[in-house]
Amino acid sequence: MSVPADYLKYEKRRYGMDHERYAWSQLHTRPPVAWPGGARVALWVVPALEWFPLDMQGKPFKAPGAMVTSYPDLRHYTLRDYGNRVGIFRIMQALVARGIKASVATNAAVAVRYPALIKACVERGWEVLANGIDMDHLHYGGMDATEEQRLVTETLAILRRASGQKVRGWLSPAKSESYATPDLIAAGGCDYLCDWVNDDMPYAFNTASGPVTAMPHSCDIDDYQILINNHHTEDDFRDALIDQFDQLYRESAHQGGRIMSISLHPWITGQPYRIGALEAALDHIMSRRGVWPATAAEIVDAWKKQAG
Amino acid sequence: MARDPGLYDYLPNDGTRPQITWPNGARVAFWVAPNIEFYELDPPKNPSRTAWARPQPDVLNYAYRDYGNRAGFERMMQAMHRCGIRGSVSLNVAMCEHHPEIILACAERGWEFYSHGTYNTRYVFNMDEAQERALIQDSIDTIKKHTGQKLDGWLAPALTYTDNTLDLVAEMGLTYVCDLFHDDQPGPVKVKKGRLVSVPYSLEMNDVLVYNVNLVSPRRYAEILKRQFDRLYAEGAASGTVMCIPLHPYLVGQPYRIKAFEEALDYICGHDKVWLATGREIAQHFLDHNYDAFAHASHAVVEAPL
Repeated sequence: MSVPADYLKYEKRRYGMDHERYAWSQLHTRPPVAWPGGARVALWVVPALEWFPLDMQGKPFKAPGAMVTSYPDLRHYTLRDYGNRVGIFRIMQALVARGIKASVATNAAVAVRYPALIKACVERGWEVLANGIDMDHLHYGGMDATEEQRLVTETLAILRRASGQKVRGWLSPAKSESYATPDLIAAGGCDYLCDWVNDDMPYAFNTASGPVTAMPHSCDIDDYQILINNHHTEDDFRDALIDQFDQLYRESAHQGGRIMSISLHPWITGQPYRIGALEAALDHIMSRRGVWPATAAEIVDAWKKQAG
Repeated sequence: MARDPGLYDYLPNDGTRPQITWPNGARVAFWVAPNIEFYELDPPKNPSRTAWARPQPDVLNYAYRDYGNRAGFERMMQAMHRCGIRGSVSLNVAMCEHHPEIILACAERGWEFYSHGTYNTRYVFNMDEAQERALIQDSIDTIKKHTGQKLDGWLAPALTYTDNTLDLVAEMGLTYVCDLFHDDQPGPVKVKKGRLVSVPYSLEMNDVLVYNVNLVSPRRYAEILKRQFDRLYAEGAASGTVMCIPLHPYLVGQPYRIKAFEEALDYICGHDKVWLATGREIAQHFLDHNYDAFAHASHAVVEAPL
């Protein structure tokens, strides 16, 4: 028994990364970033507005939050939809009361199905960023190129029409990309991308249409990860948010501005028994001096002026 | 295929083992083993294991691990350094070429480098003997070239093996392995040539198992580490024990996890009978003082009939 001879050949064994998408760099070695008004931490809250179709195919894998039982899985469909009808408005109230503007990662299907929801977000000065067509249309290696082009074009067109905004940002459903996704979203007019969870700060990310900004959208400081995947309590969720913030705040004293991103799913955090955990964490964060609640676009613009 | 790995004899921990005495009367040899890894975005296929859970490119899982090198390492390293802990780096040796800044930061602090293969996305399953020798030689040469250190330890890349693995690392001059989880003390490994020590590593204390498999919270991890230490410290009064914390910067180095880890390290290092050791030092101490007595006291195992 043996493996093919080229299994022990390493063509990309070299300085830096094994691909061309971004340069290798360590966070602590970069020049400090200054946020507007001398803020230390930019608070970036990202509720996801998702739609999970009842007839999900799960191709090539099921996105987190997908249907579970045989068709028709009414209980999971409706619980996800609870987020768009009820949960998001609890989150909205919590954010508005504390002067925090959100950036909503939005499936185009939500904009088509629930225009009133998009209107409510836009009226509050929230930013709409693209989160694909719906949670059953994933981008993945090996998918049909024409199909992916269609998904990107339609998603951006629908969301721009519905929001009246430029829609500059992209988050792939389930953070799943093909090799072409960054090139397609850049060509489609997006200038920042939220899929790569390898940093606490923005960095330049190469595409065929020039660099976009990679934004540190957390997969750990995320209600699905902590509450659903890890089965932790809402108090654990609150503690994780507070511990994350405290560490970033400490570092900002000598390493420059940091970003605290919070990824929320209204069907999870918007439950009556859980919303208080988010509110308590936000109270902790907003009680510190030098916290800048900002949208993704505001953060990207402030960062680009210095580091871009 | 064998029914028993054939790597060690039976030596019950029943109070009659030869006594281990660590330097300065320490009860616990405490070592921290950061896995400094490079995962490839587009690795070749191994017949026995797929590298990524999702179709390539698995952007989420690749980037999550890359976080360790870009951001998590520095936090983890500072947390260890402030307690005077020298890491024993379980190294994917291609890191020497990809990210030499991290290798230098470890070397400057007197850390040990041992091998965790070339990449964490190249598996040993199915390799023939010549291929596996080439893999081990690559580690010996790369670590020597970039750090000046002799390679002494082995933790198989992504815990993948052949039946030859431990015979080959012993024959090629390594002194210890971290792949066996059968004991809280070092022990002899039965290899064809040379003398090889099993140094207790740990799956239970490993942040991958804790965070990615058992899904515990950071504060709970600190509690687990303290309880593990308390027991090994108490038992170490009779005969020296080993506690290892295997780490991955992409996990322990997340902002919301680092403080709990710092608190656990402070707790452990606040005890006076703790030997802050490296893997190499533990293996060498055992070779010098205990290997022969342990080998002599062990009971040969008779193959069970079936």
